[in-house]
Amino acid sequence: MPAASPYYTPEHESFRDQVRRFVSEEIAPNIDAWDEANTFPREFYKQAAEVGILGIGYPEQYGGVEVPDRFYGLIMVEELSRAGSGGIMASLFSHGISIPPILAVGSEEQKQRFVAPVLAGERISALAVTEPSGGSDVANLKTTARLEDDHYVVNGSKTFITSGMRADQYTVAVRTGEAGMGGVSILVIEADTPGFSRTPLKKMGWWCSDTATLYFDNCKVPAGNLIGPENMGFISIMRNFNDERIALAAQAHGLAQCAIDEATEWARERVTFGKPLIKNQVIRHKLVDMQMRTNAVKAYLEQLVYRVDQGESPIAELCMLKNLATSNCEYVAGEAVQILGGAGYMRGAKSERIFRETKVLSIGGGASEIMKDLASRQMGH
Amino acid sequence: MKVLVSVKRVVDYNVRIQVKGDGSGVNLDGVKMSMNPFDEIAMEEAVRLKEAGTAEEVIAVTIGGDKAEEQLRSALAFGADRAIHVKVNEEVSPLTAARILKAVFEKEQPGLFLMGKQAIDDDNNQTGQMTSALLGIPQATFAGELKIDGNKATVVREVDAGLETIEVDLPAVVTADLRLNEPRYLKLPDIMKAKRKPVETVSMADLGVEAAPGLTVTKTSPPPARAAGIKVKTVDELVAALKDKGLV
Ligand SMILES: Cc1cc2nc3c(=O)[nH]c(=O)nc-3n(C[C@H](O)[C@H](O)[C@H](O)COP(=O)(O)OP(=O)(O)OC[C@H]3O[C@@H](n4cnc5c(N)ncnc54)[C@H](O)[C@@H]3O)c2cc1C
Repeated sequence: MPAASPYYTPEHESFRDQVRRFVSEEIAPNIDAWDEANTFPREFYKQAAEVGILGIGYPEQYGGVEVPDRFYGLIMVEELSRAGSGGIMASLFSHGISIPPILAVGSEEQKQRFVAPVLAGERISALAVTEPSGGSDVANLKTTARLEDDHYVVNGSKTFITSGMRADQYTVAVRTGEAGMGGVSILVIEADTPGFSRTPLKKMGWWCSDTATLYFDNCKVPAGNLIGPENMGFISIMRNFNDERIALAAQAHGLAQCAIDEATEWARERVTFGKPLIKNQVIRHKLVDMQMRTNAVKAYLEQLVYRVDQGESPIAELCMLKNLATSNCEYVAGEAVQILGGAGYMRGAKSERIFRETKVLSIGGGASEIMKDLASRQMGH
Repeated sequence: MKVLVSVKRVVDYNVRIQVKGDGSGVNLDGVKMSMNPFDEIAMEEAVRLKEAGTAEEVIAVTIGGDKAEEQLRSALAFGADRAIHVKVNEEVSPLTAARILKAVFEKEQPGLFLMGKQAIDDDNNQTGQMTSALLGIPQATFAGELKIDGNKATVVREVDAGLETIEVDLPAVVTADLRLNEPRYLKLPDIMKAKRKPVETVSMADLGVEAAPGLTVTKTSPPPARAAGIKVKTVDELVAALKDKGLV
């Protein structure tokens, strides 16, 4: 039971219990096999929709589950992290980055077509911004869309796209106008569009999450798939960054705690030189340092979730939070593997997977260097 | 038909129980508490009866301190229409609980009283039986299957020898076993709705019930630590070891 907190009500705790049970019954027993198979069953999207976690935080009219505050989303990510897999979250929630722009500036008809079936777990949605020529410099993307009568002709490619192989629809950033951020638009491109193709990518971690390079070769997209006004797409993409960074920090925090829990359990059980590992001060001190830093991440995370929930947009702090949380996860995963020794290097240990998965958290959703640059500009340096 | 369901606040089944140093009980400080898992199964069954149109109203009842309201809210999130909180701060023995539940039953006049077969804290497995005896109505304990047909219930009971099917007249007390159903995941909108459902608070005095005397806990101690086992190489060695211990 959590100690008194200004953030959590009995309803939050009740929700936490339910997600925890879902994770321990439906994800934890399967995750190793899913990771080795480089995928998880498509039906799992439906199952997650049915128990009401796929749509957490989205409007009820499109099948979402409205929440009174962002702590529900935070609880969901932290509980999902207990299975020790970022990959399942990346793909199961690839709509978390791809549908917010549609909800923000799309038409009613577009929301019914491109949001409702996704929240029902019937269609998979992905976001395609990053290109082979670069991901950090979003404003310079090169994929073009030319309006011809009632459709756009799209040419170019996107890469490192989460759910890229399985998605039915992509929220794609394209260039419709001048160079720079003022010429970027958003199109929803469906996977069965002629001229579209995709190839899979193999990764260091996130194995159960499929990742792909997408190709658009004179791909004809109905003009009605333009989301929001032409050349105004950049803002719609940027607008979701605060929530994306909170989600990534929450994942980094959840995975760090998961690694600490595994390492603690191991240190209690493992006997070396005639006594449990945890009886060595060196190991105990490691565990305290890991927990101390992770607690600081948690405190910062909760405080910023609260402030964003109150309507603030503390951009610099969110950048710093993301860096703090992801670098902590990297440190904790390393220490956890060290405490597990050889077993920590073997597949099947959560810490082994977290060690491989933590790197993507400091690259995706704004790489650490980009986060520092942005924070520094925001602070007026 | 009205269905009454009793739910109890117990230490969560995932918690490693620790006995207090002075043997006065188990440590509950900062320990996660939940609804007794068998009561969750009873709740689920009641809600399914309502969804099937067999029951019109589901009422949850708990006996416990202020915090037991959390478990009533869970019951309401499952789909109970309203709840009754019998506020008692002391430990309640099975007989006292049965007396209280009898009084609630008489007030509500349900067609069916669903309970868990036992609570995982004390594992007494007595309250359901005692309640039915005090009320003078039939009981069907350890239910693995339940069918309602008019004012009869057919219950498949999980007994030591296997399965036993019995028919009881309603109203009856039915206690849920593990395989009766698999409780649903509570959805967030239902958790929210539960906040606004009515909870009636009553005391034992309101119900005209007095605690049953006769049961005092003198000491709580952890089970003795198990000694390490030994490995035997042959059947002969095994038989010899068993004989040595006087087991065969
Ligand atoms: C597993 C995975 C899944 C992904 N999923 C998606 C997805 O679903 N959709 C999507 O659109 N993208 C996705 N991405 C892409 C991700 O957003 C990009 O990798 C990220 O934005 C960085 O872009 P880049 O890889 O092109 O690196 P680059 O932009 O080439 O940067 C390389 C390195 O240089 C640093 N750097 C760049 N510019 C500067 C500078 N000015 N000053 C200092 N340092 C700098 C960066 O911080 C980084 O360390 C995914 C990536 C991965 C690994």
